[in-house]
Amino acid sequence: MSEQLALLPGYLSAHVRLTLAALAAGILLAVPSGILVHRVRALEMPVLTLAGVIQTVPALALLAAMVPLLSALGLPGIGPLPAFLALVLYSLLPILRNTVTGLGGVDLAVVEAARSLGMTSGQRLWQVELPLALPVVVAGVRTAAVWTVGMATLSTPVGAPSLGNYIFGGLQTRNSAAILTGCVASAVLALVLDGLVRLGATGLAGRRRGLLAGAGLGLAALAAWAWMPAVRTEYAATARPILVGAKTFTEQYVLAEVLAGVVRAETGRSARVLASLGSTVAFDALRRGEIDVYVDYTGTLWATVMGRKGAAPPREEVRDGVRRWLKEEAGVTLAASLGFENAYCFAVRGETADRLGLRTLGDLARHASSLSLASDYEFFAREEWRAVESAYGLVFRERRTMDPSLLYQAIDTGQVDAITAYSSDGRIDALGLVVLEDERRAIPPYDAVVLAGPRLSREAPEVLATLRSLEGAIDAATMRGLNRLVDEQGLSPAAAAARFLAAPPVGGT
Amino acid sequence: MIEVAGVTKRYGGTVAVADVSFHVAPGEVLALVGDSGSGKTTTLKMINRLVEPDAGRVRVDGRDTLTLEPHVLRRSIGYVLQGAGLFPHRTVAENVAVPLRLLGWPRDRIDVRVAELLALVELDESLAGRLPAALSGGEQQRVGVARALAASPRVMLLDEPFGALDPLTRDRLQRSFDALRRRLALTAVFVTHDMAEAVTLADRIGVMRGGRLVQLGSPAELVRAPADEGVARMLDTPRRQARLVADRLEGRA
Repeated sequence: MSEQLALLPGYLSAHVRLTLAALAAGILLAVPSGILVHRVRALEMPVLTLAGVIQTVPALALLAAMVPLLSALGLPGIGPLPAFLALVLYSLLPILRNTVTGLGGVDLAVVEAARSLGMTSGQRLWQVELPLALPVVVAGVRTAAVWTVGMATLSTPVGAPSLGNYIFGGLQTRNSAAILTGCVASAVLALVLDGLVRLGATGLAGRRRGLLAGAGLGLAALAAWAWMPAVRTEYAATARPILVGAKTFTEQYVLAEVLAGVVRAETGRSARVLASLGSTVAFDALRRGEIDVYVDYTGTLWATVMGRKGAAPPREEVRDGVRRWLKEEAGVTLAASLGFENAYCFAVRGETADRLGLRTLGDLARHASSLSLASDYEFFAREEWRAVESAYGLVFRERRTMDPSLLYQAIDTGQVDAITAYSSDGRIDALGLVVLEDERRAIPPYDAVVLAGPRLSREAPEVLATLRSLEGAIDAATMRGLNRLVDEQGLSPAAAAARFLAAPPVGGT
Repeated sequence: MIEVAGVTKRYGGTVAVADVSFHVAPGEVLALVGDSGSGKTTTLKMINRLVEPDAGRVRVDGRDTLTLEPHVLRRSIGYVLQGAGLFPHRTVAENVAVPLRLLGWPRDRIDVRVAELLALVELDESLAGRLPAALSGGEQQRVGVARALAASPRVMLLDEPFGALDPLTRDRLQRSFDALRRRLALTAVFVTHDMAEAVTLADRIGVMRGGRLVQLGSPAELVRAPADEGVARMLDTPRRQARLVADRLEGRA
């Protein structure tokens, strides 16, 4: 728990910065738009409809959509910018709608009185309409504040650190202390923000200067703390650190910590892990220099990034093909092959294998119509699935998609009959699962490889050299052991990585 | 003081006010009487340009109202609404001070003037710090009158000022208004659908129907020579009621 709390200032301050900035921008955009819509009635339908449509897009999808959108515009597609923009868009509707409703609800006799006394349009707005609409507008701001705090936790996968790092990381590594810390911290933050806004509004409406000043001071203090250089450097070291990316599962977290640790120890440069990136988000981020290094798998690159179809050639051939392609097409360097594979594989319970006589995917295909299969978020959308499906004619009774960390629990408790597992996962052995052989080689080999971005190769050759020294440094047994430390024994990825770095069981070549 | 010449207002296809003309002399009070939809309120609002006329001219104190910015024009004309139209988020004193603040008066002069005005409309000083919601309907209407009088306008417009009040309060306020307008020599136009009120308070009465000014004259002239059947009936009703009330109270019926 204390390990989790040590991360709190960094995550919380990033979360506060993101939330306050987005909320401030949302207010600055939505209130004037609401006033405009109130005065120019023809705009009401189109503007409110547009804001409503944005709102119907699921928060996570809106965030994800920002990544390619910003990249297409030549802006940083990962990091705080896409998260900020998505949050601003999301905060618009409640504030906009309440501004329009609030202004529309002002008694017409009062508005006429204001005109009859000789107020100009601006005086009427500031002295009469806005003060009277204020309670409704503030209610909208409070709604937006709570939504924004909640949605900011989803910005972790697009590379913006937030309290979501606790939640995403914790879900993958089955660390309930981390999940709890993230949830409690964001709930408390939402309540505090909501309370401060309400307090300020009460002070303003009731003309109690003490309350208004208290709320203003509270918000200012929160902002000052979040933007304080000392707190920010928790996250961003003064010289640009080497950014190590990680996708959304345990092995990736551990490997990212290992890479960061090696870079720090061997080159003295600061290194920071940017965790929980989507699979293709990570590759695109590397190509564009938004992260410097991460671990990917040759099969994933072969099928998803290079778009190769059909049966794959043997392991070395795939690796060499990937290496060449990355260099020529993307300017990315394959720095090292770590020495183990983490392939998608199909696994069933030992009991199921015995009962049905399952040994290969061909055997599975004969029984598939009476079995259910579960996989992670992306597999069914990947080339590998299409390849397996057509090679073996796999048709399952039911196909389910769930979080990778829940797959093993689902098969162990008999809720599904088969899962797509990761071959380096420690839980295959721990749960006595049987991996079925891919005798037609429909799934390509998945060598874990360290990829370095074009900028790193150019600007930090010493870091690249260090990464190259990791060739063959981690074999399959070691990786499974490290994964088990996190998944079964509840160590943090950083702690597991530290154990490996202190005493690497297999030396570099 | 007020010259209305041929003003017309259309809303879509319907004509709300058709070619209405009248003069109001300095110190005179004119009542516009008519049923709802007769165009009396629209006519009133065209005087201070709360409604812009489609045709015709209005002069106030010798100046064509179109030569002034609407808000500047309105600051020189007092306006009282039915139900007072007070700002619910401002105290009584602040409501009364609004026209003075719009004219940029200094704070200390405003305070003196507000106290003066509250006394003028017979409101207790202790109400100054209250919000309108804490006041009775009659008190609210007095605040509305005080606010309209704040900048010492020479012209007042009143839109059914006593319409929403109970009979006793209404009577008291009517008498206060009558005293005030004589004391301040106000020129005023007020709108009402109550002929008895018009007869009580106005020097002359304009009867409106269907957007037209049907007849304009002193109460006595209207009674002596009503323009038509309708005008005659409008004047007869309060008289008949008053007679009936008097008879019953004196035990004659």
